[in-house]
Amino acid sequence: MNETAFTASAVIEMRDAGISTLRDSSLIVAENVNWSVAPGEFWVVAGQQQSGKSDFLMTAAGLLLPTQGSCRVFGCETNDFGEAQVAERLRVGFVFAGGKMFSHLTVAENVALPLLYHKDLTDLEMAREVETLLELMELTPFANATSANLAANWRQRAALARALILKPELLLLDNPLGGLGARHRHWLLQFLEQLQRGHEWFEARPLTLVVTTDDLRPWPHAQRKYAVLHEGSFSGLGSWGDVASASHHAVKELLAEPAGAIM
Amino acid sequence: MRSYLARAYQLTNTSVLHHAAVPKSYTDRLGRKLFMALLTLQGLGAFALITLGVILKKHAVAHSVMRPRIRHEINRAGIALMPMFFFIALALGFLVVSQTVAALAKVGATNYLGSTMVIVIVRELGPLLTATLVLARVGTANVIELGTARALGEVEALEALGIDPVHYLIVPRVLGLALGIFSLTIYLIIGALASGYLFAFLQDVPITPGDYLKQIAEALGWLDFALLALKTLAFGFFIAIVTCYHGLAQPLRLEDVSRVAVRAVTQGVIVCVLIDALFIVLYLVT
Repeated sequence: MNETAFTASAVIEMRDAGISTLRDSSLIVAENVNWSVAPGEFWVVAGQQQSGKSDFLMTAAGLLLPTQGSCRVFGCETNDFGEAQVAERLRVGFVFAGGKMFSHLTVAENVALPLLYHKDLTDLEMAREVETLLELMELTPFANATSANLAANWRQRAALARALILKPELLLLDNPLGGLGARHRHWLLQFLEQLQRGHEWFEARPLTLVVTTDDLRPWPHAQRKYAVLHEGSFSGLGSWGDVASASHHAVKELLAEPAGAIM
Repeated sequence: MRSYLARAYQLTNTSVLHHAAVPKSYTDRLGRKLFMALLTLQGLGAFALITLGVILKKHAVAHSVMRPRIRHEINRAGIALMPMFFFIALALGFLVVSQTVAALAKVGATNYLGSTMVIVIVRELGPLLTATLVLARVGTANVIELGTARALGEVEALEALGIDPVHYLIVPRVLGLALGIFSLTIYLIIGALASGYLFAFLQDVPITPGDYLKQIAEALGWLDFALLALKTLAFGFFIAIVTCYHGLAQPLRLEDVSRVAVRAVTQGVIVCVLIDALFIVLYLVT
C-alpha cells in the first residue's frame, strides 16, 4: 500500500478494505471498500438488515480488523490499535445497536465507567461530569436503574451518554433509531444535528458523525453524505439530492415505505 | 486489547472440528478428541499467560475501578462462602477426622495421629474439597456471567470504551478466586481438625486436646505451609482461567452458555486433579 495514498486530515480512511463479520472472520460482508471521512462530516451508511452495517461500523472504529487492505482512524492503522494507541481509541465514541449497556451496573455507573477507568478525577469532579451529562440527556430520573429495568428508548439514550462522556471527536452510531418511539426519534435526530453543529457539551466543537440505518427516510439533510452497503459492495451516493434521484434498486428499497405501513 | 482475546480464541478454534462429520471409526474419533483436547490446552495456556501478563503490566492501572471489583470478587469467592464452609468443616470433622482418631486410638496407633491428619486433611482433602466447592459455586457463575456478557456484546462495548476486557473482567476474578480458595482452605482445615477432635472427644477417645494439637504441630513442616499456599493459589488461578476462558475467549450465543458452563466445570475438575497430582509428586520428592 502506498503510504501517500492516505489523506493526512481524514478522520476515517479505508483503502481496499475487506469487512468480515464479528462471529466468523471467514464470512466477508464487503470487499474493496474505499471510503474517507473528513472532520465535521455527517455520514449516513444505509443497508438492508444483515447487509453487514454493524460489522462495517465496528471495522471503521477499529473494533474489527479489515480482512484485507487497510483502515485508518485519525491516521492510525487499526491493525496497530493496542495499548499504546488507547488515546486514539478514546477519540472515537461508539453507540451499539440496542445500547449494549453493562447489565451489572446502573445507568450512572455505566456512564461513569470510562471516566473512572481513564481519567484521574476526584469523586466530586466525576460526579459533576456524570450529573451534567445525565441532565443534558434527560436521564437523571433513571440514574440508579440498571439496564434490565430500562425501556429500550432510554437504554439507547444511556448508551449515547456513555459514548459521549469522554468527549470523543468522532461518534459512530449503529442503527440509532432502531426500535425508538416517535418522541425519542425526534429528540435523537435533533441532538445529533446539534452535535454536528457544535454542542455545549463539546464547548461548541463540531463532531464528526457516522450512523448506519436500514431506513433512509428519517435522515434527509443537505449537509449530510450518504453511502449504501449492498450485496458485498460499498458505494458512496453523495448528497441527499443524489440519494433521492438514485436509480439503484437498493436505495429505492431503503427509501420506500415499509410494506406494513402501507397496509 | 482486542487482540488478546482474539489470539487466545484463534489458538483453540475447534469450531471446524465440532461442525465436521462424525468420524466412522473409533480410532478416528479418539484422534479427534485428542486433537481437540490439545487445542483446548494450548488455548488455556495462552489465556493463562496473557492474564498473567496483564496482572503484572496493569497492576497500577485504574485503581478506582479495579479495587472495588477485586474486593467484590474476594467477597464472592471467600467471605460469602464462609457459612457453607463452616458446615463443610463440621461435616468433614465428623465424617473423617473423628472416625480416623477413634480408629487409630482403638488399635493403639495414636502416635500416627499427627502425620495422618496432615496427609489427609492439610495436604489433600482440605485444598481439593475447597477448590471443588468453589468451582461449583463461583466457577459456574463466572462462566454464565461472562458467557452472557459476551453473547450480549458487552465485551465489544468495553473494547469500544478503551477498556481491556481481560483487565476489567478476568483479573479481579483470578485474584478473588486465588485469595478466596487460599483463605477458605485454611478455615476448612482448622474447622475440620477442631470439630473432628470434638466428635472424637464425645466418643471418649483417650487423647487430650494438648496431645492432639502437639502431634499435629509436630507433623507439620515449613514445606507443608509453603506448598499449601502454592497449591491453593494455583487452584484459584487455574479455576478462574478455565471458567473465564470458556465464558469470554470464544464468541458465544446465549443458547451456548449452559453447554459451555458444563464443559468448563468438567475441565475445572480435571485441572484441579492434575494440580493435586503434581503436588503429590512435589511432596514425595521433597
